[in-house]
Amino acid sequence: MAIEVRIPTILRTYTGGAKVVEGSGDTIAALLVDLDSKHNGLRDRLITAEGGLHRFVNVYINDEDVRFLGALDAKLNDGDSVTILPAVAGGAFAFAAAHALRG
Amino acid sequence: MLTIDAAILDAIVKHARRDHPDEACGVVAGPAGSDTPTRHIPMDNAARSMTFYQFDSMEQLRVWREMDDADEEPVVIYHSHTATEAAPSRTDVNLAAEPGAHYLLVSTREPDTTEVRSFRIVDGAVTEEPVTVVNGDVDQHAVQSYLFGQSPTTVDYECRADS
Repeated sequence: MAIEVRIPTILRTYTGGAKVVEGSGDTIAALLVDLDSKHNGLRDRLITAEGGLHRFVNVYINDEDVRFLGALDAKLNDGDSVTILPAVAGGAFAFAAAHALRG
Repeated sequence: MLTIDAAILDAIVKHARRDHPDEACGVVAGPAGSDTPTRHIPMDNAARSMTFYQFDSMEQLRVWREMDDADEEPVVIYHSHTATEAAPSRTDVNLAAEPGAHYLLVSTREPDTTEVRSFRIVDGAVTEEPVTVVNGDVDQHAVQSYLFGQSPTTVDYECRADS
């Protein structure tokens, strides 16, 4: 089971600079555990303390946002391509983001 | 130092004015490694908020893929503040995830003038930088840059908002 995973610039410190790495797993959750075994620390940047996908990280399977596919439970098939992109967000007031972070 | 074409900066300011009082946001892409913003891409603020912005996740994927295909990168990531100064908030700093980008802030809090300032945000550290506008066929001093950073409520750029 080979999943191509595209890594954003800011997380390439965990992959030795690699833009694309390979992983395996039946779900996003399993894939992230597998990736973390090869690129230690990567998973903690994507998963919150509560164990969910970080609100401001976008993960896509092929052309779909995993938020609509079950988030961490989203299913993966052999040959799928996963893309990770930190959400581009911000704004004047911190409490607006704190509100959003609870979602 | 951010060097930007007058026409692109003008388009950014117009975008911010159009979306006021909601925050406007977008990207200016440029050839990878060139540090030159060439292609203005206004983005949808999926949050539609006066105090928060977020790129729509599918639009962001499309734009990031397009940049990758064209060997471009996001040289400028901009957004507007509609009631506060054109400086990064704590939220802006916490969420900045493109260490190579120039974070351009536009403030539309005043109707007659628009504040434009640029910052680098790397590992949580914010550094203001001057903005050099090129190819302007108007007053070259219309956008003035300064490097103090400590008292952002004083001297600002003055961009005539002719929306």
